[in-house]
Amino acid sequence: MQVYKAPLNDMKFLFKDFLYDGGFDIIFQNSDFEFSDLDLILDQAARFCEEELLPINQTGDGEGCSYERGQVITPTGFKEAYEKYVSNGWQSATLDKKYGGSGLPYVLGVFLDEMMSSSNMSFGNFPGLTTNAFAAIEKSASEELKDLYLPKLATGEWSGTMNLTEPQCGTDLGLTRTMALPQDDDSYRITGTKIFITGGEHDLSENIIHLVLAKTPGAPKGIKGISLFLVPKIIPNPDGSLDKNNGVECGSIEDKMGIKASPTCVMRYNDAKGWLVGELHKGMSAMFVMMNGARLMVGVQGLGMTEIAYQSALFYAKDRLQGRHPGGAKHPDKPADPILVHPDVRKNLLKIKSLSEGVRGLIALTAAQVDVARLEKDKLKKQKAEDWVALMTPIIKAYGTDIGSESANLAVQIYGGHGYIKEHGVEQLIRDARIAQLYEGTNGIQALDLVGRKLTQHNGRLLRSFFDLVENYIEENSLNEQLEDFVPLLTESIERLDQVTAFIAAKGLSDPSEGAGPAADYLKMFALTAIAYVWTRYADISYKKQNDDPKGFYKAKIESGKFYMSKLLPETGYLMASIISGAKSYTDYDDVNFETGFQL
Amino acid sequence: MKVVVAVKRVIDYNVKVRVKSDNSGVETANVKMSMNPFDEIAVEEGVRMREAGVARELIAVSMGPQQSKETIRTALAMGSDRGIHVLHPDALEPLMVAKLMAAIIRKEAPDIVILGKQAIDDDSSQTGQMLAALLGWAQGTFASKLDFEGEFVAVTREIDGGLETIKLKLPAIITTDLRLNTPRYASLPNIMKAKKKPIEETSPGDLGVDVTPRLITVKVVEPAKRQAGVKVENVEELVEKLRNEAKVIS
Ligand SMILES: Cc1cc2nc3c(=O)[nH]c(=O)nc-3n(C[C@H](O)[C@H](O)[C@H](O)COP(=O)(O)OP(=O)(O)OC[C@H]3O[C@@H](n4cnc5c(N)ncnc54)[C@H](O)[C@@H]3O)c2cc1C
Repeated sequence: MQVYKAPLNDMKFLFKDFLYDGGFDIIFQNSDFEFSDLDLILDQAARFCEEELLPINQTGDGEGCSYERGQVITPTGFKEAYEKYVSNGWQSATLDKKYGGSGLPYVLGVFLDEMMSSSNMSFGNFPGLTTNAFAAIEKSASEELKDLYLPKLATGEWSGTMNLTEPQCGTDLGLTRTMALPQDDDSYRITGTKIFITGGEHDLSENIIHLVLAKTPGAPKGIKGISLFLVPKIIPNPDGSLDKNNGVECGSIEDKMGIKASPTCVMRYNDAKGWLVGELHKGMSAMFVMMNGARLMVGVQGLGMTEIAYQSALFYAKDRLQGRHPGGAKHPDKPADPILVHPDVRKNLLKIKSLSEGVRGLIALTAAQVDVARLEKDKLKKQKAEDWVALMTPIIKAYGTDIGSESANLAVQIYGGHGYIKEHGVEQLIRDARIAQLYEGTNGIQALDLVGRKLTQHNGRLLRSFFDLVENYIEENSLNEQLEDFVPLLTESIERLDQVTAFIAAKGLSDPSEGAGPAADYLKMFALTAIAYVWTRYADISYKKQNDDPKGFYKAKIESGKFYMSKLLPETGYLMASIISGAKSYTDYDDVNFETGFQL
Repeated sequence: MKVVVAVKRVIDYNVKVRVKSDNSGVETANVKMSMNPFDEIAVEEGVRMREAGVARELIAVSMGPQQSKETIRTALAMGSDRGIHVLHPDALEPLMVAKLMAAIIRKEAPDIVILGKQAIDDDSSQTGQMLAALLGWAQGTFASKLDFEGEFVAVTREIDGGLETIKLKLPAIITTDLRLNTPRYASLPNIMKAKKKPIEETSPGDLGVDVTPRLITVKVVEPAKRQAGVKVENVEELVEKLRNEAKVIS
């Protein structure tokens, strides 16, 4: 059974204990948001997700979207849920008040996204894309475009999409073929085919605003010649009322593995009217605003999957009676013990739990830095926050979604054969979670972004935002005996990460394959170490609060943290060994050797 | 029209309630608390009257510990205009609640008071009726529909035999049943606005009501566990058991 209650205790802990003491005062000073709002906002959002979105998750998966002559119909209940979602003001929660938003901190929005991803990841894609389209337009578009489009996106009356992918162009956007011809009136005519466009067409909003990458005639070759255009499905009048259909058409939707209630569309642009967003040929940097937000959001989807996988698995492990505890029956009154008694089941559950809570903390830290970067006037502090976000974005995207998938798999394992049966709803989690490792740049590409760009940027300055923080923390706490199960292991892993970083930097310089080869392993090492820092901080806070702990919340945090440090963090040792043995064994592997096992 | 709604902070309807080990009551420490669902319906009705222009002001009243302010705040976020909190740390019996309400109502002079038909923690289903008696007002309990016509309100009531419609002269007391409406979620902008709405704090002492408990709880126990069933071999055995064990036939 899909079981989900929003992890409100954990979220409130992150706000009230973890972030509040963490030097993020600026978030609480500079917006209308007050601390006392937190509980009511989280509670109401949780209710909405649990009562409205979760019930249509499994049915939405079964029914899927349907396509008929250019129209896409979402599954039963989606339209009603969307109407409630937008009319309750959740779409505009974190958006600028100037355009009708509520101006809540980004970090709070991330928690709302997490709840939405857990309870219905397909549904979450619609508002998520709108939020990110809003950000890209807000950052780069002209004032006229902003005034016309942003208020309607904020209310959710219109929704947003991002159009990068084409049949011949996936990861490599330099291969974009869609063309944009300049017109006399400052607009462009867009022609081409985009594929895999999430929410490209649907029946939830009255208009859909597509952000489209395209090339203008005579533009430089490759990625440097790409520009970004805003192309509405229906062209609005200057007052925001809808005028006439644009030359945009949804050709079909994909029949796919998961997120079946989120339509994946083939979009045909045929002389469609569009407007330039940002500067000509600077489309990639304009689109990157959207992609960075979207990458974090996809990492949050991974976290959301991890949480619902955990709760669903825990529910079953307490309920299913099979076998006996290895040391003798724990429930002799019952025909068998609940499978929760079995060490292997417990270990898997704790793995999911400690990863979920650890990644949630890393995401909270990063999202809070997004707020700092936005609000901070001090140049240096602002830069530091930006560095952190840039560094952590690929890590959260890739590692967050990897654990989403892994947790969904473990949940099915805990269900045994029953997990493979659709009725229980946990196999859906595997299918839904899987896409998050692929879209928004595959996880392999995230690793290359980390190693190829983020490590080297500004001579390694981005790295310092992380290493300085952790190393200072270790130094301050080196004599803290309470943290003896934490600080030494954190120290060991940060030293390993330091060594491996130096190794990759040195080797990668002379042979790029030596940098690219272990990139994914390196990203994982980085993630594990960053999460070790989060767990050490959790433990630190929890030891201090131990005496006022009626719910046993802090005690559990310490115990889960010990599990993480001793059972999961050691993987950094294996990863280091693998990385420093170099990449030659596969980069120099003769291509013909791939085919020696069979006859072509 | 001026409308008063009563909102009580109770154990969330999702929580599996446990009896305290000393049988003195149920465990309320560290359990999730929310607004009584029937009171949510009362608030919703008030908000709808407000939106329809029938009501001019909507006041949410709660009695209980400091945390009851959170419940009032939820009512404000749903659309009430202001709140009154009768601060009292201990449990209040229905008669005390009715007396406290009566004191507030004499002061506020509303045209209509809407309460839940019962609170899901003690299921007393008494407060509304007692309040009507104390004030000498008309009462329309277990309401599933309200229609206002001038100085009257037609109340459709859910009764054992079906539905009954009665006409009350205002001012009146209404208690809500499940089908009166579906309460809304508090919207985000309204949550943000709620904190600017006033909550007046008062106490049983201020209102001149003696709230010393009159009832003594002897013992609180869990409902008896259902016994496991038995399989009977044949019809004779079944008849024998029905006659001698269950004693349902003779
Ligand atoms: C359900 C769904 C929804 C989507 N939604 C959208 C959307 O809304 N908008 C949109 O524009 N796109 C969307 N996409 C497209 C998605 O972003 C791409 O599928 C993804 O970026 C990968 O591109 P590709 O499928 O062409 O794979 P390819 O680029 O062909 O990659 C295949 C494999 O090769 C690896 N690879 C490729 N290049 C390199 C390299 N340089 N170095 C190392 N490894 C490399 C990749 O990591 C991958 O493992 C969606 C896709 C799906 C399936």
